[in-house]
Amino acid sequence: MLYGSRLRALSILTAVTLTTGFGLAFFYAPMDADQGFMQKIFYVHVPLAIVALCGFVFGGIMAIQHLRTGDSRYDLRSYVAIHLSLILGAGVLITGSIWAKASWGHWWVWDEPTLVSFLIVFLLYATYQPLRFSIEDPEKQARYASVFAIIAGAFVPLNFLAVRLAQSYTHPRVFATADGGLPAKMQLPFYICLIGMALLFATLWKYEMASKHTSAKLRSLRRKLGGDEAVAPRGRTASPSLGTGS
Amino acid sequence: MTNALPDNTGYVAAAYLVFFAVVLIYVVIMATKLARFERELTELDELADRQAEERERETVHS
Repeated sequence: MLYGSRLRALSILTAVTLTTGFGLAFFYAPMDADQGFMQKIFYVHVPLAIVALCGFVFGGIMAIQHLRTGDSRYDLRSYVAIHLSLILGAGVLITGSIWAKASWGHWWVWDEPTLVSFLIVFLLYATYQPLRFSIEDPEKQARYASVFAIIAGAFVPLNFLAVRLAQSYTHPRVFATADGGLPAKMQLPFYICLIGMALLFATLWKYEMASKHTSAKLRSLRRKLGGDEAVAPRGRTASPSLGTGS
Repeated sequence: MTNALPDNTGYVAAAYLVFFAVVLIYVVIMATKLARFERELTELDELADRQAEERERETVHS
């Protein structure tokens, strides 16, 4: 499978969608009556959070596939999805802190369930790489990492639930609210930003997958041309090992 | 909806800058990897050329 195919089209689509979304957020969406201009952070922070959490769940689904089939490609897909979601998760925490400072005057508020539950999920996944690194045997590493990804992935919906049950409705409700949620002129930019962010995740995921595959192919080529001694030993790594045929 | 609200432009700009910085850092990492792949590929290309030359020399001698 070639992960680099259609990457250019996907990258262009991502750039166009995100630019349109942010453009609409600033020039089309009305100013929020309560929070004013700083509510514009919502259009980058919330889509980023939703996509990061969905990425963790996607990692769990790929891990299920890995345990079902034993195919190392699914382990790599799960690893890349979790790795990417962690990076986006760091972005969520930083943009969230900036919003909290602007809104409440504090960088972090411990009695806000939305923030704390996301931090718990982030810290839980922050142990994924060290867990992988601690296991030397590649097969065992992939298996244990998959079990972790499935259990942690099942924990993620609790985050959504916590947001739903939160008493302090600081974040605007968007989905299935009794009073209608966001106004229509805010919904359109929000959904476009959300689609753009999902496309960004897909693009970066494909880039990373293509990079890992190219690296494995180069290693295989080096072995074919120079023999086993031409290839440096892999050493201990958290990254999944790939069969050359994949 | 009103415009008579405190100005928090700096915070909004900071949040969007964080997002773009994350993407940019990712692009820089990918660019570094691409440069490494190019270097490795050049090495392998030279290795393949050398092997082809050796094979050619062997067939001429035999």
